[in-house]
Amino acid sequence: MNWVWFHRLGSPPHFFRIAGRMIPWFAWLAAITGIAGLIGGLGLAPPDYQQGEGYRIIFVHVPAAVLSTTAYAVMASAAAVGLIWRMNVAHAVAASSAAVGAWFTFVALATGSLWGRPMWGTYWEWDPRLVSELVLLFLYLGYMGLRSAIDDTARADRASAVLALVGVINLPIIHYSVDWWNSLHQGHTLLKFGKASMPPSMLVPLLLMMLAFTLYFGAILLVRARGEILRRERNARWIGEAIGAGS
Amino acid sequence: MSARTPIKVSPARAGWLLVQRDLRLGLRRPGEWLQPLLFFLVVTTLFPLATDPQMSRLRDIAPGALWVAALLSSLLALELLFREDGQDGSLEQLAVLGLPLSWLLLAKTCVHWLLTGLPLVLVAPLVATALGAPYAAIPGVMAALLLGSVALSLIGAVGAGLTLGLRRGGVLLALLVLPLAVPVLIFGARATALAIAIEPMAAPMYLLGAIAVLSATLAPLAAAAAVRISLE
Amino acid sequence: MTLLAAQDLHLWRGDLHVLRGLHFELAAGQCLQVTGVNGAGKSTLLRALAGLLPLESGTVQWRGSNTRADPHAYHSELAWLGHGTALKADLSAPENLRYSAGLRRQCGRADMDAALARVGFSHSDGRLARQMSAGQQRRVALARVLLLDCALWLLDEPTSNLDSGGQHMFDQILSAHLEQGGLAVIASHQALAVPAGRLQGLELT
Repeated sequence: MNWVWFHRLGSPPHFFRIAGRMIPWFAWLAAITGIAGLIGGLGLAPPDYQQGEGYRIIFVHVPAAVLSTTAYAVMASAAAVGLIWRMNVAHAVAASSAAVGAWFTFVALATGSLWGRPMWGTYWEWDPRLVSELVLLFLYLGYMGLRSAIDDTARADRASAVLALVGVINLPIIHYSVDWWNSLHQGHTLLKFGKASMPPSMLVPLLLMMLAFTLYFGAILLVRARGEILRRERNARWIGEAIGAGS
Repeated sequence: MSARTPIKVSPARAGWLLVQRDLRLGLRRPGEWLQPLLFFLVVTTLFPLATDPQMSRLRDIAPGALWVAALLSSLLALELLFREDGQDGSLEQLAVLGLPLSWLLLAKTCVHWLLTGLPLVLVAPLVATALGAPYAAIPGVMAALLLGSVALSLIGAVGAGLTLGLRRGGVLLALLVLPLAVPVLIFGARATALAIAIEPMAAPMYLLGAIAVLSATLAPLAAAAAVRISLE
Repeated sequence: MTLLAAQDLHLWRGDLHVLRGLHFELAAGQCLQVTGVNGAGKSTLLRALAGLLPLESGTVQWRGSNTRADPHAYHSELAWLGHGTALKADLSAPENLRYSAGLRRQCGRADMDAALARVGFSHSDGRLARQMSAGQQRRVALARVLLLDCALWLLDEPTSNLDSGGQHMFDQILSAHLEQGGLAVIASHQALAVPAGRLQGLELT
């Protein structure tokens, strides 16, 4: 196995250049799949026989919920790479991922609670998925709080990386415990919809939206990571060359 | 360099000395570790005042009141864990001792639990009775709190290591540790509720025990990494 | 024979590149005195040598092997004294030594009294560290360095708060340490009275 690409990715100028080239691809593909998903989800898909038109919020809610945990996984993996191989670029990626992940978590919570209004007649129900998302939001906020409390970037990188790894071990336990807690008090999950029972006219737009959200996440992550690298390397000579060359 | 050879003290002996030292320091300054205990008592007193003091009603909120108070009290005590050793340079000395830092921090965390976690377990009968728990429930309530407070001290050690030496560290510590403590709270409160209802409480106790064992295995490693980073 | 060697050390403090490509070699019986204005990076260098700070680039070698590869072996021969004296305020001098030096080696009451006598600490009357003056605390911290009986001393401003008698005492224990083949890296403004052949200077700018 050739690891040269991996080490090259660790060099800030190289990452900066590669990321700059990839951003348009991610952004345009996200736009195309997103528009297709929205047309399919809001226009072509039939209303649900139980929930009517209200169910259409899942085309935003489900991708946001999936991306909220994906972003945490990306953050923790990048943090681990940064901690183990002392790779500054990986720390920049982890730091950039946190705020985006927190935003997806917030969107999932907000849309979940809006969906709850027609379904449960209330904006907040102690549904296990929503509670898990809420705890995830707290984890993100703790991570960002720790970063902002430490002045030295290198120390902030390593300390927050340890926290991200502790969090990633804890997340499944938290998720399980919340499910367990819920099963005692309610006995059934409210926000449940089986994939098997979902017709292709709903499933295809949902998958398109998930793809769009993932690509959008990739684009935003790269933009933010480039900004973070510029901030960290502001004294380095290559930045003048990269910007001077109109990269 | 001929005469001197590298000096080896067994990790067990070093850990034991550290336990002795912290215990002696704790006994010379009882105010520090009595405060979280008093806080626990005061908070649990506030719950009946804020709700209906009928014993039958109190019994319903007793597990929640007990566990939220225990969680906040252990959080309050966490600042004592590494703060002084970080300020006076003792943690630096431990970091360059040539012994695994995680082991030494585990020893410190054990003493911290003895001084701030165990007292909560010991006064639990008093508090549980005042909140309407029957006498037969007392052993179960104490056992749940015993396992839970061990896990809370260990998880908290990671947060204390990460926030060591930071300004506004206290509030941040709460923000970091409380979400991680959610499973302990859920299983602990459930075990307590079952104990008060005089029902079998094995399931949540096993889960609580699993969390305590997992924390004892992983938390010292994470705490050692956190402390080393904070010492930079 | 070179025991401690630093090669091409670069150190940052935050954004500041305080040390650029530092080299030095230290043999048995030699002392490196680090001087420089405030903020020149003396403490940063000592903390990096002790392994408390990560090295962005360069290596520190002890007995020919990289200290980052086997920190435990290196640390077991290292006596470190930083800005903090690491004394517990609620313990007396002998108790402090018992719990700090004792983590490294078994030392009896006689060893501790001998070490305290060598650093000129004359108040073994059970008074607690909180009741001592800053200079007395510094002396107890130096007694711990003696008790550890390590080959390498890394001392950051060891004579701060010491009076002229304390300064003289420090020169004596340092000379004795070097006589026995020990090494020392010391950040200090004051001139160290050790035999000229044993002293290297390093001025940071």
